[in-house]
Amino acid sequence: MSSQEKLLEIKNLKQHFKVGKSTVKAVDGLTFDIYKGETFGLVGESGCGKSTTGRTIIRLYDATDGEVRFNGEDVHGKKSAKELKKFNQKMQMIFQDPYASLNPRMTVSDIIAEGIDIHGLATSKKARMDKVVELLETVGLNKEHANRYPHEFSGGQRQRIGIARALAVDPEFIIADEPISALDVSIQAQVVNLMKKLQREKGLTYLFIAHDLSMVKYISDRIGVMYRGQIVELAESEELYRNPLHPYTQSLLSAIPLPDPEYERSRKRKIYDPEKHLPKDGEERVLREVVEGHWIACTEEEYQKYQVTV
Amino acid sequence: MEKILEVNNLHVSFDTFAGEVQAVRGVNFHLNKGETLAIVGESGSGKSVTSKAVMRLIPNPPGRIKEGEIKFGDRDLAQLSEKEMQKLRGSEISMIFQDPMTSLNPTMTIGKQIMEGLVKHQNMSKSEAKERAIELLKLVGIPNAEGRVNEFPHQFSGGMRQRVVIAIALACNPRVLIADEPTTALDVTIQAQILELLNDLQEKMGTSIIFITHDLGVVANIADRVAVMYAGKIVETGTVDEIFYNPQHPYTWGLLGSMPSLDSTDEELIAIPGSPPDLLDPPKGDAFAPRNPYAMKIDTEMEPPLFKISDTHYAATWLLHEKAPKVEPPAAIKKRMQGMAPSEPIIGAKDGGKNV
Repeated sequence: MSSQEKLLEIKNLKQHFKVGKSTVKAVDGLTFDIYKGETFGLVGESGCGKSTTGRTIIRLYDATDGEVRFNGEDVHGKKSAKELKKFNQKMQMIFQDPYASLNPRMTVSDIIAEGIDIHGLATSKKARMDKVVELLETVGLNKEHANRYPHEFSGGQRQRIGIARALAVDPEFIIADEPISALDVSIQAQVVNLMKKLQREKGLTYLFIAHDLSMVKYISDRIGVMYRGQIVELAESEELYRNPLHPYTQSLLSAIPLPDPEYERSRKRKIYDPEKHLPKDGEERVLREVVEGHWIACTEEEYQKYQVTV
Repeated sequence: MEKILEVNNLHVSFDTFAGEVQAVRGVNFHLNKGETLAIVGESGSGKSVTSKAVMRLIPNPPGRIKEGEIKFGDRDLAQLSEKEMQKLRGSEISMIFQDPMTSLNPTMTIGKQIMEGLVKHQNMSKSEAKERAIELLKLVGIPNAEGRVNEFPHQFSGGMRQRVVIAIALACNPRVLIADEPTTALDVTIQAQILELLNDLQEKMGTSIIFITHDLGVVANIADRVAVMYAGKIVETGTVDEIFYNPQHPYTWGLLGSMPSLDSTDEELIAIPGSPPDLLDPPKGDAFAPRNPYAMKIDTEMEPPLFKISDTHYAATWLLHEKAPKVEPPAAIKKRMQGMAPSEPIIGAKDGGKNV
C-alpha cells in the first residue's frame, strides 16, 4: 500500500466550533492519507464528525488546525482567487440530500454547466450543451432531461444530476457525503453501481462518507472508523470486517442487522462503554499500525496487547 | 393461530388536482396474535398508507378508503365513526412513528404525554397515571425515570425520545402496535437497542406488531412473517425464512440482491432498473413488469393472481404459473435458496387470488 501514490494527505486536522462559551471539537486531530484511484470510506454514527471532516477537506469550513495536502499542495491557508479556482476544479462534492442540493429555479443543464461556465471549459454554447448531454448520458439520463427542473425528477434521478454536476469540471477527487442515505434500497444500488463504473472509467478517487456500514464496505478499498472526532481504526475494508480490533468498531459491526434471519437469531451485540476503556494515567491514544495497513488508536500498553491477539 | 386483525381487499385513494392517486390497490393480510408482521417496500409502495388506513388516520379529504374491510375482532374499522375510533386508538391499537423528533409535543413534559392516554382511556386519576408513567419509562429502559418524567422532549436524545414514544404507545396495553419505520432515523447502535426493546416487550406483553420498514436487515431481525409491497399491492408474503431463503417474486429478488452482504466480495449489486410506476395511472397488467427482467408478454396484459407456494407463502407473479418457462434467479438469490434447502415450490398451484 505504501508504494501507492498519495493524492490527499491529512495531518492532525482539527475543526472546532464555538457554541456560546463552550467549544465543540467536531474533528479533533485526524491523520490519514487517501491514495490515487481508491475509495476511502469514512464511517461512524451521527455526530462523530465524519461530515465535518469532508466539508473541512474541501474548504467549506476553515480548519482550526492541521493540514490538508492535495497532490502535495496545501489546501488551506491563504490563496489567491486563481489558485482557489484551480483547486476547486480538482475536488468536487456530492451531497446527501438530492432534494436540497439542487437549485429548484435552475434547469438541469444550467445546474450541471455552472462549473463549466465558471471555469471556462466550454468555448461555445454548442460545446457547452454537448458537454451537458454527454454528462447526462454518462450518469444514465438523456438529453430530453436537460431543460427540465429538479422537481420533475425522482430522488435517484436527482442524485444522478448531482453526480453529473460534480463530474462536469473533470475532477480527480470526489467527496461523497452520504450520497445514498436518502434513496430507496433498489435505487441505492443503481447509484453505487454508477459511482463504481465512473471510478473505473475516469480513474476517480473517492472519499465516501456514510453510516451504512454494509454499503461502505461494498464500495471502499480502505475504511476509517470515526468516533468522537477521531479515527479509532483504519484498515482495508476486508480486513476491518474480518478482523475488527477496536472495541468501538466491534460494537458498530455487531449492531448491523443483516438480511439473513438465521444470522439474526444468533447475532450477539457487543456494547461499547468508553468509560471501561479509559486509558490509564490519562495517556493519549495515537494511531498505531498493529498489522501492516491496519491502524488502531491505542496506548503503548494496548498496542502490545493487540499484537498478541493478532 | 388466532387472527387479531384481518384486512380484506383494501383500496385507498387520494384525490389530487392531477386525478385519483391509487395508493393502495387491493391489499389482503392478517395479523396473528403475538406475532410481528413486517411490511416492506420502497417509498410510495403504499406501506405507510396501509397502516394509516388501519388506524383510520388518512386525512379526508383528500384521502379515502374506497373499498375493503379492516376486521378487528367483530368490528370493521373501515366503518366505524370517528368517535368510536378515538376510543380504540391508543387503547387497543396504537402507533409508533418514524421521527421521534417530531412526534412528541415539545411544549409538554413527557410524563404528561404518557398520562394523556391513561387518563382518557383507563379513567385513572392523575397520581395513578403518573405512577404508571414512571413504571412505563422504567420498562422502556429510561434511567432515573422518577426525575426524567418531568422533563421535556428536547432534553432527551433521539434514541431516548423513541423510547418515550414507545412508552406512550404501550401505555394502555394495546393488542396491536403499528410501528412505522421506528428506527429509520436512528443510528445503528441505537436502532439495535430499540429493536431489542421491542422484541423484549413483545415477549412480556404479547402484543401483536405490524412493523413497517424498507430495511431488510431489520426485517430479518424482528419479523415472524413478511409482506412485500409494490405499487399499492402485496406481491409476496410468507414466513421470514420463506421470504429470505426461498423468495419467488422477481421484485423480492431485486430487493434482496440490491443489498450488499457483509461477506460478499466484488460482485455487482443487482440494481432494479427504472423507478416505481405512477399510481395516478397504474399500468395495466403486472405493475412491476417494466422493471422486471423476467417479464413475459402476459405481464403487460393481465395482473397475476397470488400463487400458493406453501400454506404460508404466496407470490403474485406469472412465473409461478404451470405454463411459465422455468427461470434462473440471480446468483445471489440462488445462494440464499441453497442455504435453506427448501421443499420444491409447488409450481402452478391453482390457489391464486385467495386471501392470505
